[in-house]
Formats: sequence, structure tokens, C-alpha cells
Amino acid sequence: MEEAAISTSTSSDTVAEPAVELEGITKRFPGVVANRDIRLSVRRGQVHAIVGENGAGKSTLMKILYGMQRPDGGEIRVNGAPVGFRTPGDAIAAGIGMVHQHFMLADNLTVLENIILGSEPRRRGIGIDFGAARRKIKEISDAYGLGVGPDTLVQDLGVGARQRVEILKVLYRGARILILDEPTAVLVPQEVDELFDNLRGLVRQGLTIIFISHKLDEVLSVADAITVIRRGTTVASVDPKDVTARQLAELMVGSELPSPETRESTVTADVALAVRNLTVRGAEGRAVVEDVSFDIHKGEVLGIAGVEGNGQAELVEAIMGMRPADGVITLGDADVSGWSTLRRREGGIGYIPEDRQRHGLLLEAPLWENRILGHQTRKPNVKGPWIDRTGARADTRRIIEEYDVRTPGIDVDAAALSGGNQQKLIVGREMSGDPVVLIASHPTRGVDVGAQAAIWDHLRAARAAGLAVLLISADLDELIGLSDSLKVILRGRMVADVDPSDVTPERLGSAMTGAGEEA
Amino acid sequence: MSSSFTDRLLGRVRLGGLLGLAAPLLAIVFAGLVTSIILQLTGNPPFETMKLLADYGAQPRTIVMIINLATTYYISALAVAIGFRMNLFNIGVDGQYRLAALVAAAVGGALVLPAPLHVGVTILVAVAVGGLWASIAGLLKVTRGVSEVISTIMLNAIATGFGAWLLTTDRLAVAVSGSNNIGTKPIPPSGQFPGFGLIPGTQAKVFGFVVVAALLGLAYHILFNWTRFGFDLRATGKSESAAVASGVNVRKMVLLTMVLSGAAAGLVGMPQLLGASYSYSLDFPTGLGFTGIAIALLGRNNPVGIAIGALLWSFLDNSSDILDLEGIPKEIVIIMQGTIVLSVIVAYELVHRYRLAAEQRRVSRELSAGASAPEGVAA
Repeated sequence: MEEAAISTSTSSDTVAEPAVELEGITKRFPGVVANRDIRLSVRRGQVHAIVGENGAGKSTLMKILYGMQRPDGGEIRVNGAPVGFRTPGDAIAAGIGMVHQHFMLADNLTVLENIILGSEPRRRGIGIDFGAARRKIKEISDAYGLGVGPDTLVQDLGVGARQRVEILKVLYRGARILILDEPTAVLVPQEVDELFDNLRGLVRQGLTIIFISHKLDEVLSVADAITVIRRGTTVASVDPKDVTARQLAELMVGSELPSPETRESTVTADVALAVRNLTVRGAEGRAVVEDVSFDIHKGEVLGIAGVEGNGQAELVEAIMGMRPADGVITLGDADVSGWSTLRRREGGIGYIPEDRQRHGLLLEAPLWENRILGHQTRKPNVKGPWIDRTGARADTRRIIEEYDVRTPGIDVDAAALSGGNQQKLIVGREMSGDPVVLIASHPTRGVDVGAQAAIWDHLRAARAAGLAVLLISADLDELIGLSDSLKVILRGRMVADVDPSDVTPERLGSAMTGAGEEA
Repeated sequence: MSSSFTDRLLGRVRLGGLLGLAAPLLAIVFAGLVTSIILQLTGNPPFETMKLLADYGAQPRTIVMIINLATTYYISALAVAIGFRMNLFNIGVDGQYRLAALVAAAVGGALVLPAPLHVGVTILVAVAVGGLWASIAGLLKVTRGVSEVISTIMLNAIATGFGAWLLTTDRLAVAVSGSNNIGTKPIPPSGQFPGFGLIPGTQAKVFGFVVVAALLGLAYHILFNWTRFGFDLRATGKSESAAVASGVNVRKMVLLTMVLSGAAAGLVGMPQLLGASYSYSLDFPTGLGFTGIAIALLGRNNPVGIAIGALLWSFLDNSSDILDLEGIPKEIVIIMQGTIVLSVIVAYELVHRYRLAAEQRRVSRELSAGASAPEGVAA
């Protein structure tokens, strides 16, 4: 591709002070991964990419830079001057604008109305000066080649155009430094190319862009500089010309990979869960999971690799009985296709949901009540129709002990725990009651290193004890490291079987996009 | 380590239940303040007016009336609260209790049975009618996705029309002697719920139904806190998605909760019917279901809180009668009630948010004290 040449020509002659500098930024809070000693220097007139895995702390960092959260320590300098943002308003005043991953536009308003919303130009103090607004928007749009008509309704625009409206919105407010949070997540490849052309146009005009992503090929094609974040801290700043996607991936993941070589197979011949010809249809009757079949044996971890949104969530919900599906699901010897979620759980399926806060916990209920959730028909939580408080509370203490859930007690609300501790509680809960099959969706997403290692250990131990695990993860190293066998899901179909002992994240990644089917 | 004000403020100290109690008290004081200002503005002396209310409310006869009305309010608020616990807004308690009372009055008036059985059957009829009427809204919600707010409001209107149709002399009603009122045939003594003279210094009797209301509150507490059903119900209310994932059949729970709420609503008219009027006539009290909504909010769906709320509401309603005699508009009490509800909701929300944030801070602090605390803590 030819884009690298364009950006280097502009950046070489402006060796001014950095547009944004972060020095030792630290943020601690009871949530997911916080930031620790972040160091970052963004030069003016460049696209600076910040890459890292999901949950590495990229979003927290951007929220700090945009004034949505205040750091506990460290210094932010914009154009050389130290700043302390209390609200996004302060950041905007300093010339920083943010384009969110999810668009924040009102569909039933025009582009112009959306752009001026909240900073309307006034006419004689009361009226809105639409004329001035239209002129200004036209000016900006032309200057940067964004090509957005001010009077179109937003609901009539495509995704790419909506994103340009978001960019216009921040430019209109005078931003000279743009933060783009995973801007390509919602775009198709062609729109990604258009966006990148726009971004190059913006930096040519002297603007600075901070581009957050975990898609390495995109980062390499658009960025002038790259900073890698891992586990909440900046681990490297590299020049995209000197680095390959593979090297970047290694930097992102670090050396804490589980090593696939050091374990022996525990796979047995007994099939614990068999899925045959499973098809799940979406709202419009389109198959989101199509004709999927697989077996999981006792002591086996079956990993499902795939780009998110290719039917993994629907597959899991179908197996849990939360979503209607065609096909046959057999648990041991029993056909459970017609069973309710409750009965499947009672039959020995444990479930670590993808979104623990929505599906796994009652955030505003104490831990011991969360221990009951999903097990409200089983000992030690109930005696007949009665809740067994003593039993549930005692068993919650056991889980906290065995799974090292860091909490001052079992009466605090689940919302008060950090993400990793919430997840350990869920894992402990789902492991109790002797499950036969465990469905684990992204079991270590947004969890700190210690908790991740602990969860992996628990999964390995359970597997050794004969548990069958269906593992779905976006973390390819986790998939490769834990799985005994791997399948690749693409657009709802299983497109490839991969041997985890003989695959790299790169090859698996290309198989997930459909490129490596022949390889 | 002793706790300072900032410790408490920043949540380093575990909060007791006192804060939860302070919120409604402050709200009531605030409402009193607002009412005083309005009284002052309209040229009435605030302090004397309040004293008038308190004095009249403390008279033995008024106390009996306060307890009796509060009994009704209590049951109504419990019925609403059952729905609230799983985010169901049963606005239809009003229609449910009126229809239930009408049918139960007709059945009770027609029956000839020995005393305890007669009362029991009448109550059972009321519970069944209330539950059935509410089940329409529940069924519509689980089968067609109709919001229960809309359907119960509409069912209220239908209940009014249906009740008017039933309460004619061609069907369930007879003319009340000595007036142009019509009502159901009076329930004979065997079907009446005896009251008792609890308060000395007055002939007025406290509804015997106050015992039933108290038992209902106890049953409510046990159901929600000690049973699996109650756990499922609360879980669904707190997070429907988590309830589904944990195997709760949400549709079934919606229907059951709606029926349960309606069944409780069926009892709302019983204290009045079985304890005082013995007949459902054109002047049977209306609007109790809406008062129940306000009181359920006031009492935070807690059985004790609701009892206090019901008593407060009933006190204001009953003692306001004296204001008219003194030339002060009794509507001032309605302003006070409205202000109480609004300020209580705001106060609870503030306390709730504060508590949640305080607990998170407390947990992270307790943990970072034990584990490896990173450098640079800015207090």
C-alpha cells in the first residue's frame, strides 16, 4: 500500500514540542484494569496509535485524557502546558475532542442540528444562528474533505458518514487533537479505507490524532507512531516502519502466555456434550448459527475461535436454552434440546457468561445472594421452597476462600468488587455443584493478571478432573493455551478445525477472517 | 483506629441503617417546611395549623379512624409493592380492588353460612377476582408484550364501566332504604368481620382486619426474603438478563407476580366492606389503589416502611377534616403529601447512590491496605 509515504512527508519537517504528553499517569479504582505509570508522547500532526488487548486499559486512559475521569497521579501536558481536566468541557476547551466508539447522534435531527447541539451559535442572545453554523460546518467539511451535507437527516446516513459527522462535531468545537476510540469496529473494509483517507487529510492540516485500536493491520497502515499498552501500563513505543504485526502482537500479549507444551492431554473417550446440526435464527429469520455440530469429551477443552459477532454468543445461549434453536443437544445420555435453562443447569451445565455484569451477577445484591443465582434449586442454597441462608452463606465463604475472591465479607454488594474478583466468584459458583460441562465465555476478559492466572489454573484443574469445557475467547493465546481442540467460527458456521499444538495466533487470526481457510 | 468525619464521608466506615432512616425523616421535615411556606403565603399561620392537625389527630376517635384507613392503605401499598419488587408497575390495583369488592359484596350478601366460613368465602372471592382481573394484564404482557402500565390503566377504566353495569338493580344491586343510593344486598352478621375497641375513650372500633393486614405484611416479608420464589422474583427485578441466564422463567414470574399483586389488591376493599359498610354501594371509597402507589414508594417496598407510610398518610387525611372547620383549605394536606413523596424519592436516591459509591471505596481501600498498595496515594 502507498499510504505510508504520505504521512512521513509531513511529520518529518515539524519537530515541535509534543501535542500531548502523559507522564506517570496512574488510576486505581474498583473496576477492571486501571492505569499504572502511563508514559506517552504524541507529536503534533501525527496519527498516534495506542494498541492493546481488550481490557488492557486503553479506554481508561482515554477517559482520563478527555476529562471523564481524574487520574490518581501523574501529569498531563497539552502543547507543553500542564493541565488538570475535571470535565470533558475542560478537555474541549484545551482543544481535545473525542469520537466515541458508539455514535452519540440523534437520528431524527439533521447533521447540522446534531453538530451544533450543546454549542449553538446565538443570535441576539436567544435565537440560533443557523446561517453562521451552516457556513462554519461547510468550511470545516470542505477544508478536511469530509463531504457531509449539513441538512441531511442522520437517520438517512450510512455508518461511515455518521462517523464523519462525529468527527465534524469535535472539529466544530475547535478540537485540534482528536481521540478516536476503536473507530473501525463498526465499519466495513471499504469504509475503513475512507476513514483512513480522512484521517490522513486531517493530519496534513496539522491536526493530531490519537487512534485507539486492537486491530494490528489497521494500526500499521495508518499510524505514524505506536504505543503499546499491556495490563494497564505502557510497555513500548515503536515506529510502525520497524515493526511487524507479529512483533506488535507479542508486545501486546507479553510473556505471560500459557505455554501449550507443558501439559498432557486429559481427554477421555466419553462424550459429555454433543451438539448436532444446531441452527439459531436471528430476528429476521436469518441464520446466525448454522448447522453447527461438535462433541466435547470429558476432560476436554474445546475452544471456539472467531471474530466477535460471528455467532458465538448465540451458540452459547442456544446451548444454555436461553434462545430457541433447531438441532439436537445431548448432555451425557440425555437429549436436553427441549429442556429449560434451569433444567439444563440442574443437569450439570455450568455457565460463565460473556457479560458478567448483565448475565452473571446481581450487582446490587450481596455476594451470598449471588452465590444462589443460577443454583436456586440446589443444595446448599435451598431446602425445598425455602432459601437456606446459613447454607448459602457458608458456601459463599468457602468459594471466597478457595477461589481467592478479595472481599471484606459476604455481605457487600457484588458491585463493590473489582472485575477480577467478580469473575472469580462466578467461576467458583459455577464450579460448585459438580458440573459435567462448563460453558466459559471470555472467562478472563477485563481481569487482571493474577486473577487470570488463577482462573486458568481452576479451569485446568477441573479439566483434569474430567470436566468438559466449551471455551469461547477473543484472546487467541488463551484459546491456544487452554484448548485441546479448536474450531473456527465464521458467520455462524464452523469453517475450520485447528490443532492448538501446531498453530500460532497469527495463523489462527487469519483463519478467523476466512483468509486462511486453505492454509 | 477511630473514624473521623471524612472517614465516614468517604465511606471508610461501614454505614449502618441510620442513614436509611434519616432520608425519609429529612424528607418529611422538608415537606413540612414547604407546606409552612405555602400556608404563610396564603395567609394562614403555619405553626398553629400544624398544631391543629396534631391535636385533632391525637383524639381517640380520630386515632381509630387513622388506624382503620391506614389498614386499607397498607394492603393497597403491599399489592403495589409486590409488583415493584420485580419492576412491574401495577397501576391497576384501583380497578382490581373495586371489582373484587363489588363481586365479593354480592356473593357475601347472597350467602347463608356459619360465621367464620362466611367471612372466609367472601374474602376468597375477593382475592380470586382481584387476581383474575390482574392476570389479564399479566397475560397480555407475556404473550403480546403489552406494557402492564398501559393495560392496567385501561383495565381500571374497564373495571369502572363493568362495575357500573353490574351495580344496577337489574343485576347485583338493591335500593338502599331511605336514600336514592343503590348497593349490593347487605352482608348478614355471619359474614361481617368483627372489630374491637382498642382505643379507650371512644365507641369507635378498630377494624378486625388490621390483624389480617399485619399477617399479610409478615407473609410479604417471608415470601421475599426466605423463599426461592421470592428470590427468583427479586432477582428478576434486579436484573432480568441475569435471571434468564440463571434459569428463571421470566414470563412465568411476570404472570405469577401480576396475579399475586392482584390477589392482594382484592383484599384492599375488605376492611371497609366487612368492617363498616357491609355493602358495596355507589359511595364505596375509590382511588385507594393510587394512594397505594404513593405509599409503596414512601415505604420503599419494605413492610415496616409501608406501615409507617400508611399511618402517616392516613393521619394527614383524617386530621385534615378539622382544617375546614377552622377556615383553612384542607387541600394543603394534599400539597404536603405530594411534597413528601417527591422529596422522599429524591432523598432515597441520593442515599442509595452515596451508599453504593461509599461501599466500593471502602472495599478497594480495605483490600489495597492488605495487598501491595501502589505508590502515590492522594487522599
